[in-house]
Amino acid sequence: MKKFKDLLSVTLVSAMLAGTIAGCGNATEATSTEESAQADGAVFKIGAIGPLTGGAAAYGNAVCNAAELAVDEINAAGGINGYQVAYSKEDDELNAEKSVNAYNTLKDWGMQLLVGSTTSACSIAVSEYTKQDNMFQLTPSGSAEDCVKYDNVFRVCFSDPNQGIASAQYIDEHSLATKVGIIYDSSDVYSNGIYQKFVAESEGKNYEVVSAEAFTQDNNTDFSVQLQKAKDAGADLVFLPIYYKDASLILTQANTMGYAPTFFGVDGMDGILTVENFDTSLAEGLMLLTPFAADATDDLTVNFVTNYQEKYGEVPNQFAADAYDAVYIIKQALEAKGATPDMSVSDICEAVKSAMTEIEATGLTSSKMTWDASGEPNKEPKAVVIKDGAYVSAD
Amino acid sequence: MSFLTYLINGLSLGSIYAIIALGYTMVYGIAKMLNFAHGDFIMVGCYVIFTVSGALSGNSVVGIIVAIVLCTLLGITTEFIAYRPLRGAASPLAVLITAIGVSYLLENVALLIFGADIKSFTSVISWEGLSLAGGQLKIQGVTIVTIIISLVILLVLQLFINKTKQGQAMLAVAEDKGAATLMGINVNKTIMLTFAIGSALAAIAGALLCSAYPSLSPYTGAMPGIKAFVAAVLGGIGSIPGAMIGGLLLGIVEILSKTYISSQLSDAIVFGILVIVLLVKPTGILGKVIQEKV
Amino acid sequence: MKSKKIRDNYITYAVVILAYIIFQILASTGHLSSHMKGLLVPMTYYAVIAVALNLCVGILGELSIGHCGFMCIGAFTSAFFSKVTEESIPQAPRFILAFIIGIAFAALFGFLIGIPVLRLKGDYLAIVTLAFGEIIKNIINAFYIGVDSNGIHFSMKNSMELGMDPEGEVIVNGAMGITGTPHDANFTIGIIVLLLTLIVVQNLVNSRDGRAIMAIRDNYIAAEATGINVTRYKMMAFTISAAIAGAAGVLFSHNITTLTASSQYFGYNASIMILVYVVLGGIGNIRGSVIAACILYMLPELLRGLNTYRMLIYSIVLIVMMIVNWSPKVIDYRKKLVAGFKKG
Repeated sequence: MKKFKDLLSVTLVSAMLAGTIAGCGNATEATSTEESAQADGAVFKIGAIGPLTGGAAAYGNAVCNAAELAVDEINAAGGINGYQVAYSKEDDELNAEKSVNAYNTLKDWGMQLLVGSTTSACSIAVSEYTKQDNMFQLTPSGSAEDCVKYDNVFRVCFSDPNQGIASAQYIDEHSLATKVGIIYDSSDVYSNGIYQKFVAESEGKNYEVVSAEAFTQDNNTDFSVQLQKAKDAGADLVFLPIYYKDASLILTQANTMGYAPTFFGVDGMDGILTVENFDTSLAEGLMLLTPFAADATDDLTVNFVTNYQEKYGEVPNQFAADAYDAVYIIKQALEAKGATPDMSVSDICEAVKSAMTEIEATGLTSSKMTWDASGEPNKEPKAVVIKDGAYVSAD
Repeated sequence: MSFLTYLINGLSLGSIYAIIALGYTMVYGIAKMLNFAHGDFIMVGCYVIFTVSGALSGNSVVGIIVAIVLCTLLGITTEFIAYRPLRGAASPLAVLITAIGVSYLLENVALLIFGADIKSFTSVISWEGLSLAGGQLKIQGVTIVTIIISLVILLVLQLFINKTKQGQAMLAVAEDKGAATLMGINVNKTIMLTFAIGSALAAIAGALLCSAYPSLSPYTGAMPGIKAFVAAVLGGIGSIPGAMIGGLLLGIVEILSKTYISSQLSDAIVFGILVIVLLVKPTGILGKVIQEKV
Repeated sequence: MKSKKIRDNYITYAVVILAYIIFQILASTGHLSSHMKGLLVPMTYYAVIAVALNLCVGILGELSIGHCGFMCIGAFTSAFFSKVTEESIPQAPRFILAFIIGIAFAALFGFLIGIPVLRLKGDYLAIVTLAFGEIIKNIINAFYIGVDSNGIHFSMKNSMELGMDPEGEVIVNGAMGITGTPHDANFTIGIIVLLLTLIVVQNLVNSRDGRAIMAIRDNYIAAEATGINVTRYKMMAFTISAAIAGAAGVLFSHNITTLTASSQYFGYNASIMILVYVVLGGIGNIRGSVIAACILYMLPELLRGLNTYRMLIYSIVLIVMMIVNWSPKVIDYRKKLVAGFKKG
């Protein structure tokens, strides 16, 4: 038995060494492909990071698929500044540590520009490294304030505080309610951020916050208590700064208990109508502030939705729209400065950084987006309401 | 009145935990292994019902039957391929880790087949439920059905274990595998039967779980599975009535602590109560105290 | 007998130091990809916590599935300290103090939790460690701590209740955790911590105390009958194990700038991952834990090229490895095979 243990540890050590060598092999391989790529026509290398497995995989897949779609379209239309674009995606399992690993993998591949990470905590962790390498990072959906702490990081989506404030103002201006209940996910950065700003902004508005109940990702099957408390407190509007996954359950449970306030969501709510087999009549009257609606009729959206559906068999949600825009924004910024792939990562970053504050982008999530040096986008949130199973402009 | 509403909500959550815990405790008590993949068997059951019912335009009865059959087969196969080779391994932890591997495997297969996005499950129970006290108190149909089904399962299992030969064989295997073999009991067959029953119960639990909380993803089973495991321990490992009591208690405690203490800290409170119960009764509410000998 | 054990210990140290030298040479000559470089520090802290858990599971013989809870305590207390004193204390002494604080708090909680936990047995004990792991995670998720000119503010509800000055800074912001912890950890420090951990654990195992602990594992009643103070030794092993897990937490929080008490880092699933390292490395085999932690942490990373099939293949590898390493039949078969080779 002892012999065997020794044998085992020897095998394991050699396996580890083999792994390391394989790792090194990959590194040299990556550089060699880069060289050959440069020899026969250079390409821009754009990478994306998101949770492709695990509980949040729906969001990461949306981001990575849509970015891929945008890159394919750009390549078919002749690329950026005449150069083709290579694209690669990596999984981070919603784990900041793995997200950094994913970033390093992409770096070995030769990435020059990063679209990601999909989620806030991962995006913040990665930004520490993009800052060191001075690589341009555009997070499609990392909405926490700290995501754009560094000057090389920009974002496409609204920030959390921004959404909280906008929601409070909208409810106030349109006198939607007198008593507001909140159900939020206390284990989620996004939900917490919006919730905190919403409550702070609600001070002195024409409604009062009567209940604020939390749930966690370990405890997200039963919402009867949170709903019952809002009901008992007489809330006529329930604010849901959460993702559509949990919201679809909340709507179903509210229906079974016969509670029918106005539900008000933010951009994470987009996607609720596309949940397979979901009874969309339950979402009737649901209002949400979202920059994207999959059934909008403008050409850009229609094209995007048809192509996405054709390729991935799903209706794209707001994450996908943000990522799709992100790739086109990068394209626009690269073109504005006439950047070429043979520039260093840092030079590309400097060029794109200065372009970002000058360009005005048009995309799925807004017809007019501009950025200031802080990395925050300026765009108008749109309020929509669900009528007959479709989004209708609320104004 | 509102207290009663909350209590009923706790009962409906608890009834779901109880029905999962029944399947859990079967395998746990008899095969003496913590089947971490049990929650994922539930998820498989849900997807089967979802797919079959969808294909048959909403015929859930056929869906449930197919799910029970498939889950039973899955349970037997898993036991045969992954768990049986490790019976008699130097450490009981070996099979625990394999069960975790099976759990990852099932989740990732589901992820590849069905995608990560959630699917909304159509309740297999169309009955709306009871309305008491002039509509102020509502008990959902699925809650009542779940409680009735769990009671039926409880009775059938008790009868099966105490009155049939196979049941007695299970008890013998649970007590002492070596001695059971000497008595002419086929240990492998008995444990396989246990897995078959446990997995069939997982399919039924899945149908009810997703009817009560109609959101289905590859990770649907994981957390309820762990909670049900906690319920099984709370009730006393291997005790079938204990699993029922543990499940109901856990559901009620969870809802009441969310209501009256803090919705943010309810997990901590639920687990805190588990700790306290185990300190007062170290083998759970209905667990057997085994006297140790040198 | 004794010299063999000591030689065995030295082999372990040599393996770690050799690995360190190989990786440093590879890194300095530019043969190590950024991806591999990024994996080095996580590998050291997972190896450290695997050794800690092996002390609890293998040497003490009590199954814990909440060890990441202690890692969480070490991570949060040290990150809090580093963040608050980032401007006032220079890096080196601050990081040493952060270690002391992280380890001390983890040990304290290990001791406090050990009092009730170690009264239980077997699976009941395991489930209570799981419960404590979840409780720690859940409570830290509800902590809001801020610092301003008036001192430290604390709330369990939300950051608005802190009543802070506008200039004040919220350090621990509930589920958003701590962001911007200084990036103090590196591979060299990780290896030093791992070596210290190995020295502590291996010396403990070979000491009088260690033999007492293993006697309790092998036969509780017999150990008690020979006059061993069972409670004292159990507490000792459990507290040391928790303290080492805390040290892993300190490395963790000073390697990644965002620290959140969420399930993927500190939940029962994470604790079970560590248990997988311990079991595959060999229960009670300290060196095995280190090697298994490194390989199993690296495996999904090396499989990245397979994209969506990555975790699927990882799970299959896990099942196959368990059966190959632990199944009595396979072990018999392999013994015969080895014997056959020797004859031939």
